[in-house]
Amino acid sequence: MTVTGNEIIHQYLRHNKKFPHVLCAGCGHGIVLGTLIRSVHQLQIPKDDVVIVAGIGCSGRLAVYVDFNTVHTTHGRALTFATGIKMANPKLNVICIMGDGDALSIGGNHMIHAARRNIGVTALVLNNNIYGMTGGQSSPATPAGSVSMTAPFGQLEKSFDTVELAKGAGANFVARGTVFHVRKLEKLMVTAIERPGFNMLEIITPCHTQFGRKNKYKTPVDMYKWLKSNAMDIERYNEIEEGKRGDKFPIGTFIERDQPGLEERYYKLKADLRKARKEG
Amino acid sequence: MARPKKHKEIFAQGNEAVVEGALMAGCSFYGGYPITPSSEIMEIMANRLPLTKDGVFIQLEDEIASMGAVVGASLAGRKAMTATSGPGFSLKQENLGYACMAEAPLVLVNVMRGGPSTGLPTSPAQGDVQQARWGTHGDHPIIVLSASDVQECLEMTITAFNLAEKYRTPVILLLDEITAHTREKIKIPHPHEYEVVSRIVPTMPPEWYKPFEETVRGVAPMPPIGSGYRFHVTGLTHDVNGFPTSRPDEVVDHMERLHRKIDQFFYDIQIVEERQTEDAEVVVVAYGSVARSAEFAIQQAREAGVKAGLLKLKTLFPYPRRATEKILGQAKRLIVPEMNMGQMSREVKRVNCGRASVRTINRFDGQIITPSEILKVIMQG
Ligand SMILES: Cc1ncc(C[n+]2csc(CCOP(=O)(O)OP(=O)(O)O)c2C)c(N)n1
Ligand code: SF4
Repeated sequence: MTVTGNEIIHQYLRHNKKFPHVLCAGCGHGIVLGTLIRSVHQLQIPKDDVVIVAGIGCSGRLAVYVDFNTVHTTHGRALTFATGIKMANPKLNVICIMGDGDALSIGGNHMIHAARRNIGVTALVLNNNIYGMTGGQSSPATPAGSVSMTAPFGQLEKSFDTVELAKGAGANFVARGTVFHVRKLEKLMVTAIERPGFNMLEIITPCHTQFGRKNKYKTPVDMYKWLKSNAMDIERYNEIEEGKRGDKFPIGTFIERDQPGLEERYYKLKADLRKARKEG
Repeated sequence: MARPKKHKEIFAQGNEAVVEGALMAGCSFYGGYPITPSSEIMEIMANRLPLTKDGVFIQLEDEIASMGAVVGASLAGRKAMTATSGPGFSLKQENLGYACMAEAPLVLVNVMRGGPSTGLPTSPAQGDVQQARWGTHGDHPIIVLSASDVQECLEMTITAFNLAEKYRTPVILLLDEITAHTREKIKIPHPHEYEVVSRIVPTMPPEWYKPFEETVRGVAPMPPIGSGYRFHVTGLTHDVNGFPTSRPDEVVDHMERLHRKIDQFFYDIQIVEERQTEDAEVVVVAYGSVARSAEFAIQQAREAGVKAGLLKLKTLFPYPRRATEKILGQAKRLIVPEMNMGQMSREVKRVNCGRASVRTINRFDGQIITPSEILKVIMQG
């Protein structure tokens, strides 16, 4: 008997949580949550072993609907809570859900250091190029030239490259996907969850309500079409000449290292120290 | 019967005694960021925790991260602690509020130094008393303890962990630089001489469990993350299941329970020590290292024939109102010396309602308050 996608999702939703959810129709965040559920299901990780740690923003609200251990933290600080949880109990699969404002602006420093220390956490950065929940102000990922509530005359600052940041800081695994390319996203997410160390997956997800409307994408469909025609596998992207890339951006895996997570190194050190002490 | 074993005695600094106390109370997680005059706590933890069975030590990128990590570790079932000083304390405030809301037990030590801002980094002060009470946003109860000597640093750290676990709440231990850096001989209590409290974990089937339910003690049992009880933790105002709510009746229930769980157990939480207050006409109300100066001063006053006494506050908040009221009925004069411009004397005056005269002695120049300064005011009559 084949199990449908819906049936899988239903196994993981909270029966005692009052629905409907807070997301706008057409928001990409729901697709991310669906993908997350399917990824965990595919990996056959018991619900009790999964901890979702979320920041604050529309993305942060995802945690409340799913039947895992869920912690909705403070704005920008999800990775710090996740670090404490993972160090306290390395057996847990700790997955962080953050918005682009959350992860790159207020939480930028934590992102750098989580990657540097290679803590065994999966970081999902839901990049919708805008502060969704607070009503459409510029985020570090807002593209130069586009309009926001706090850049009514066009964003002057250059937008931030999440992938380059995570790579530079030393993350084990760095990838980017979009909510349009769901199958590919699921593959990337499965890898990001199952690998040890710090794994950062940036997910391009449209916020039609706060970003699209003001920036010539009148409907959610326009935004998905934009994703469809501009996201491109990294190999193909690299073949295009620098000046001719336009709005195109690469998706796929950017780096795959295989360093043990901090928690693994710490517990090994502990075991060695304690053994040496007993023998000595 | 076996002869009682002699106490192990060590020569230690206040900061070291805090670590001893924490380990005795079962602390197995430390996350921090260094800052004078609290850094020794972190350095000693870095040495000790990796050698204990479950101990985890981690240095984080800043105080915000340390506080986040400690809350995370607490949710994962650990007795967790962090230590800091003024500027770092300010950075921890947002996640401290989160811990109040999420009812995550933890201990936060603040070895106070002169302020505001980076202030007087190596000088003693008591300028963070009201920050400890009101520093984070919103209405919330909080437990704030203090210690006046090295032995008390050890004992009050154990108490801090116990209260945190019992009431599912962050507990702040406020020290001043003098107490933290003074070295003196202290006794390590035998295990049977102190109590170690651990949070109650649920025993009911997971589907019955409500993580923020009202109970007789006001707090629900708390399982470690990953032990089969899956629930939602949030800084948003939530219902008994942990789900966000803005329904006025649920908001009120939640807020009232948060306050009640601390308020109704004042006799357990409000710890004070009295010295010669029975017949005292003048009582010095003091805490931290200043209480030691005060103790010396009242002795000298007694020798000079003045009926002086000391009310030493070991709990600063919730403010030990009853202990103060008792004294107000009998003493004509209260003296509140402190190393700030008058933060705890506010509480004394609030309770006083004009019943006795209240004099304050305030130093905020990074200098210690000496016994003779206090004695002078006692003798002024
Ligand atoms: C310390 C702090 N500063 C600001 C806010 C207000 N705030 C809430 S959500 C948010 C940004 C949300 O944007 P993003 O992280 O991109 O997530 P999205 O809503 O787009 O999913 C901000 C600034 C806050 N909650 N806490
Ligand atoms: S505001 Fe934007 S990010 Fe938030 S739910 Fe709506 S579409 Fe999604």
